[in-house]
Amino acid sequence: MDIKKEEILHIAKLASLKIKEEEIEEYRKNLQDILEFANIINSVDTEYLEETNGTSTNINFLREDEVNNFKDTDQLMKNAPEQENNMFKIPKVIN
Amino acid sequence: MNLYELTVHELIEKLDNKEITPEEITRSYIDRINEKEKDIKAFVTITEKDAIEKSKNIDRKISKFAGIPIGIKDNICTKGVRTTCSSKMLENFISPYDATVMDKINAQNMITLGKLNMDEFAMGASTEYSYFGATKNPWNLNKVPGGSSGGSAAAVAADMVPWALSSDTGGSVRQPAALCGVVGLKPTYGLVSRYGLVAFASSLDQIGPITKDVEDCANLLNIIAGYDNKDSTSAKLPQKDYTKNLKNGVKGLKIGVPKEFFGEGINEEVKEKIKNTIELYKELGAEVEECSLDIADEALAVYYIIACAEASSNLGRFDGIRYGYRAKNFENLDELFINSRSEGFGAEVKRRIILGTYVLSSGYYDAYYKKAQKVRTFIKQEFEKLFKKYDVLITPTSPTVAYDIGTRSTNPLEMYLADLCTVSVNIVGLPGISIPCGVDKNGLPIGMQIIGKSFGEETILKVAYLAEQKLEFRNKYKPEYK
Repeated sequence: MDIKKEEILHIAKLASLKIKEEEIEEYRKNLQDILEFANIINSVDTEYLEETNGTSTNINFLREDEVNNFKDTDQLMKNAPEQENNMFKIPKVIN
Repeated sequence: MNLYELTVHELIEKLDNKEITPEEITRSYIDRINEKEKDIKAFVTITEKDAIEKSKNIDRKISKFAGIPIGIKDNICTKGVRTTCSSKMLENFISPYDATVMDKINAQNMITLGKLNMDEFAMGASTEYSYFGATKNPWNLNKVPGGSSGGSAAAVAADMVPWALSSDTGGSVRQPAALCGVVGLKPTYGLVSRYGLVAFASSLDQIGPITKDVEDCANLLNIIAGYDNKDSTSAKLPQKDYTKNLKNGVKGLKIGVPKEFFGEGINEEVKEKIKNTIELYKELGAEVEECSLDIADEALAVYYIIACAEASSNLGRFDGIRYGYRAKNFENLDELFINSRSEGFGAEVKRRIILGTYVLSSGYYDAYYKKAQKVRTFIKQEFEKLFKKYDVLITPTSPTVAYDIGTRSTNPLEMYLADLCTVSVNIVGLPGISIPCGVDKNGLPIGMQIIGKSFGEETILKVAYLAEQKLEFRNKYKPEYK
């Protein structure tokens, strides 16, 4: 298996990450090493096995559909990197 | 004897006898933190003023734990005190609400001493991946304390907090507890609410206690366990008192010892000390049998595929808009996302996001993610087979004792091997506890892991308690801070 530089750049783009040119090779090699190790899972015969998503025993976790407003919006907004009139400020998206 | 050297149950006895006050306890710990923090670097935030202020007005009638201090891993949300996950991304994040476990701690009128260091977003096994710098192991300041809850384990070992709340996704409570010579429990998935725990891998994460001894561990579990409608994976079960059966012994108990966990790659002294403890259980009336659980390598591979896949999804929320780090330079919204994430996350977090995104991406989803979930079923079945025969399984917690700072942090795969003995327990959702069972020739602690049936915390606690009483680790060995 050989992971290509282009693949790393494609994956980074999917993950909204920018990788510096000089770091690409390191990320490429790390990913390749880990995937080579991970290939050990192919030694297990899983033809008749279902997938396990988690280990919670809860099925159909239902509750009343009640509105419960969070009151401390001041504290929430204090964490915003930029805000105006109690709204999150972002760069212009419509020209 | 100094107050900070006592266990919580010993402190409670003295409080009940009116020999000491909550303020004296808190001041004793704050003085100890101020003395040791420069060497250990266990904390991200110390809440000295608030702690002392609160300790002056404690109503001991509220609960037997009223006035007892505690340390909190910095990925558990605490209202009004920053929660950083040891990341630049959340360096200034102040949660507007408390995690459910914090509500429970506060309801007891306990006193928070501060937030404890960790690997960034709990991704690591040595606490070297913290944005705020590495924590040191109190037993030897050149060694790692383990991770990701290295700050918590080191703080408990160095008597800077009497106990701590941490999180365990692949061993992050048990492995640092082992390397620092303290007790660490990962409860069954669903026993403790994760509402307000910053999500890493949601099908694996669980909050657990790190304590000086097993009785304290049972006590802290009593406080935090229980159903919570804010966590849909939370289990609806009757409340138990986990201290009740601690002294019931192991007579007739069936202990399985999976031989594969004592093979190549496990340090000889680690094997020896654990085997000695297993012999002790035999003498005390347990039925011990060697068994086979040949899944350790597969489990590690499954773990890194699933944990990174879930992390890549969970960490998608960090976009530089509502909270967290925002890059200074960007031309448009896309650049804002990309630059904020690229500058805000450290290298290991990015590595795992990339692995996770890769195994979930079209073309590789079936080969890695789906396959790993099927192997997860296989691992579950292997454990189920063993638990038809045995009450508990015993393995090492960590393949090695604490190693030198800087020796593994540049080789991710080698770092991942530190989780070899612990990850399978998270994959199958079972409870596991690590207790110290001796030291190696250099005086570094060795941890033993006891794995139980689903919601079998009472049993593993009682098994752990017995060995602790017989081995007297806390009386025999102390960190040397050299």
